[in-house]
Amino acid sequence: MSSKKLNLTLKVWRQPGPNAKGEFKTYYAKNISSDASFLEMLDIVNEELEAKGEEPIAYEHDCREGICGTCGMVINGRPHGPLQGITTCQLHMRHFKDGDVIYIEPFRARAFPVIKDLIVDRSAFDKIIQAGGFISVNTGSAPEANSIPVKKENADLAMDAAACIGCGACVAACPNASAMLFVSAKVSHLALLPQGLPEREIRVQRMVAKMDELGFGNCSNIGACEAECPKEIKITNIARLNREFYRAKFLSNVEE
Amino acid sequence: MALESKIPAGPIQDKWTNHKFNLKLVSPANKRKYDIIVVGTGLAGSSAAASLAELGYNVIVLTFHDSPRRAHSIAAQGGINAAKNYPNDGDSIYRLFYDTLKGGDYRAREANVYRLAEVSNNIIDQCVAQGVPFAREYGGLLDNRSFGGAQLSRTFYARGQTGQQLLLGAYSALSRQVGLGRVKLYTRREMLGLVVIDGMARGVVARNLVTGELERFAGHAVVLATGGYSRVFYLSTNAMNCNATAIWRAHKKGAFFGNPCFTQIHPTSLPLHHEQQSKLTLMSESLRNDGRVWVPKQKGDKRHPNDIPEDERDYYLERMYPSYGNLTPRDIASRAAKRMCDEGYGVGETGQAVYLDFSDAIKRLGKKVIEERYGNLFQMYEMITGDNPYEVPMKIYPAPHYTMGGLWVDYNLMSTIPGLFVIGEANFSDHGANRLGASALMQGLADGYFILPYTIGDYLASHKFIPVKTDHEEFIKEENAQKDLIKRLISINGKRTVDDLHRELGKIMWDYVGMSRNAEGLTKAIQMIGDLREEFWRNVKVPGNDADLNQTLERAGRVADFMELGELMARDALHRNESCGGHFREEYQTEDGEAKRDDENFAYVAAWEFKALGEWVLHKEPLVFEYVKPSTRSYK
Ligand SMILES: Cc1cc2nc3c(=O)[nH]c(=O)nc-3n(C[C@H](O)[C@H](O)[C@H](O)COP(=O)(O)OP(=O)(O)OC[C@H]3O[C@@H](n4cnc5c(N)ncnc54)[C@H](O)[C@@H]3O)c2cc1C
Ligand code: SF4
Ligand code: FES
Repeated sequence: MSSKKLNLTLKVWRQPGPNAKGEFKTYYAKNISSDASFLEMLDIVNEELEAKGEEPIAYEHDCREGICGTCGMVINGRPHGPLQGITTCQLHMRHFKDGDVIYIEPFRARAFPVIKDLIVDRSAFDKIIQAGGFISVNTGSAPEANSIPVKKENADLAMDAAACIGCGACVAACPNASAMLFVSAKVSHLALLPQGLPEREIRVQRMVAKMDELGFGNCSNIGACEAECPKEIKITNIARLNREFYRAKFLSNVEE
Repeated sequence: MALESKIPAGPIQDKWTNHKFNLKLVSPANKRKYDIIVVGTGLAGSSAAASLAELGYNVIVLTFHDSPRRAHSIAAQGGINAAKNYPNDGDSIYRLFYDTLKGGDYRAREANVYRLAEVSNNIIDQCVAQGVPFAREYGGLLDNRSFGGAQLSRTFYARGQTGQQLLLGAYSALSRQVGLGRVKLYTRREMLGLVVIDGMARGVVARNLVTGELERFAGHAVVLATGGYSRVFYLSTNAMNCNATAIWRAHKKGAFFGNPCFTQIHPTSLPLHHEQQSKLTLMSESLRNDGRVWVPKQKGDKRHPNDIPEDERDYYLERMYPSYGNLTPRDIASRAAKRMCDEGYGVGETGQAVYLDFSDAIKRLGKKVIEERYGNLFQMYEMITGDNPYEVPMKIYPAPHYTMGGLWVDYNLMSTIPGLFVIGEANFSDHGANRLGASALMQGLADGYFILPYTIGDYLASHKFIPVKTDHEEFIKEENAQKDLIKRLISINGKRTVDDLHRELGKIMWDYVGMSRNAEGLTKAIQMIGDLREEFWRNVKVPGNDADLNQTLERAGRVADFMELGELMARDALHRNESCGGHFREEYQTEDGEAKRDDENFAYVAAWEFKALGEWVLHKEPLVFEYVKPSTRSYK
């Protein structure tokens, strides 16, 4: 691939703290290689700001390989930017044109308060997992691994769901700021495996209750989450979550 | 101070079992009286914290990440080893032990490596029970593949996301304990200082990365699970925030540093392709199962790879190492690639790359199978380079990846500071001078699930603890020291950015303390690093203030530590007058360019004691081989 140099105008959301008022500020990214990643472009802008003694744009990132789920911003109105199936850190500048104006904002949702600039607090996701997103097995008490055969088809489907990186783009994309895609991915992953079955009912009920408590919105089947999910987590997981939830409710009523 | 490795007596097969029996126990009712601080939530930290909490200890967990699930372990791609012998290809605990010890070029402790192999099978059981979706065969049973340095299939994997799935397993176990109130989790906290009282590790001082406040945490023992230090090279396959601060600050408080120069350069990373690059991306070693490495036979051949006929290609790994072929260990594969490029056979715009070609595998197995095995890696490759690896061979080049060195620990995983335990990549323990693929995940989880939970109990049960609160003068002293350091960083207000200085350090490290080293270069590097460090403290610029989220300040502190660690790495490399594993000294090589070990003079662990900056004392822990007699490693 031959590389080109790009000059861009950035409109970046700057917000000094959680309670401060935020605003868009304009920056110029000059002489950016089209081979650079989007975050490398931001690094260059930041290093220029630092050299001038100004505070760089705060944003989060770590692996830069699309797997840790740390990065995430809304680029030109779309979580993780214009391409399908990738994270912000996997976006490269060859997908932009010289002279483009790019709007960059944090993920916005009631349950994800802004900490600074493009950084938001996604600890609500951890709280949902803490409420039930696990199989209760203490270290040392596991049976021989091959004593639990799993149909390959189910193992593959479980893996598809388990690929969720917890980035929160689904919430940012949803007009209701619902966390259903994230929760359904975890519920599906565990419900599809025999190891997950003993806690099948209690898990889904606890996770859904926690999600509601934390201020995420309801799901109204819009599908924006699936469209923006960098790991292409399928919306069919939400259908499975709903089935699991009603099944659990039904069974717990019967038991009572 | 004499180093006591505490390796138990007896035959190697019985050492760990006997040792467990001899360890003192803390009674269930007493466990809740002990507070254990775990720093780091990667595979090692999460598995340890969850297991300790399950046992009944009070556990305090710190991570600088916003969530435990973000730890760098999440990025591991290829797989995890175990000696299950499911494929019936002759594997055993002994063979895994043997391969790992040999792979490490006989610079690790036999007893540790054997124990690692011994618990490997329990790890797979544990992970499967947690719901880790490992790859399976049609019959529903677990699938395996092979990795470098092994002639059989013992690697368990979850597509190209094994680290992610294992970490999510450990994270879910940890989350369960957080939910139950047995673990107090503090995210966005960076440990800056270790608090030692009466010679025992009793707490840490950490910075709240959101408010900038310094916070104190007290406990009966401290566990560091803070990962490796490859970012000293600036460009590496590690995540951007990986750093050495926790272990380095503990080192300066008295924890010896083991084999700092043993670093791994991974053969299959994407080559550098533009000058603004911030990191190198790993292409999992598992690709070498089906990919063939080659360069054109003719120097400077500029033809498109698909136009170069079969007989004009040099599959140099297959040629030089026929019995392991493309699956030679990493150090050997990396050096071979470097040699090819240095001799002018390299490909791509820079000439600093070799091909990794899947066309034969696609012909043999079909595109679908390849996609199933490596789909996400191929996609990642295309995303970054714009080339489609199903059609054009990948271009790869070696990159800093893993650090075998780390804080020295005894058989109980305790450092030279009583009460300070070190697990996972942060310690020096099991990989000697070179780590085999798929064995870091194994080691992290072995340490966290199956070793530390036993050994830490012995320490707690056999020591008397004076009550310590966070208003103890040592806490105040440590907090003030950290405050001063931060104030100093901010007040310099010089001309160079943190990244600019880090890049310069990385270049020195790569040029002189990288894939091949010599005495002259190392001596020069020590001088250059010292000068650069002096410039750092005179000329770095850190905007913003300390009472706020300040990412430049975070990076500045980490780079300041790398500037010191880099020097120790160079000194260690200079003192080790031999070549072994990832440590290749040009002066010590065989006629055909292979590493020449010197068992007579260097069969020891180099454990460095910090005295003052630029001043270290070397302690040697001799390595005794009772079971496997060190031989010249041959993969031919
Ligand atoms: C791209 C890549 C692929 C890999 N693939 C494989 C593979 O296929 N198989 C294999 O076996 N190995 C692989 N490895 C190696 C392996 O992933 C790592 O060695 C291993 O995961 C390290 O785990 P850890 O728990 O020791 O540390 P990490 O996972 O690095 O975790 C470190 C933790 O410490 C925390 N921390 C660090 N410093 C501080 C501080 N000062 N204060 C507070 N918290 C702190 C971090 O927040 C984090 O939670 C790979 C490595 C890379 C880079
Ligand atoms: S479901 Fe997709 S968008 Fe939502 S958190 Fe998971 S990976 Fe991110
Ligand atoms: S930085 Fe890890 S997913 Fe983007």
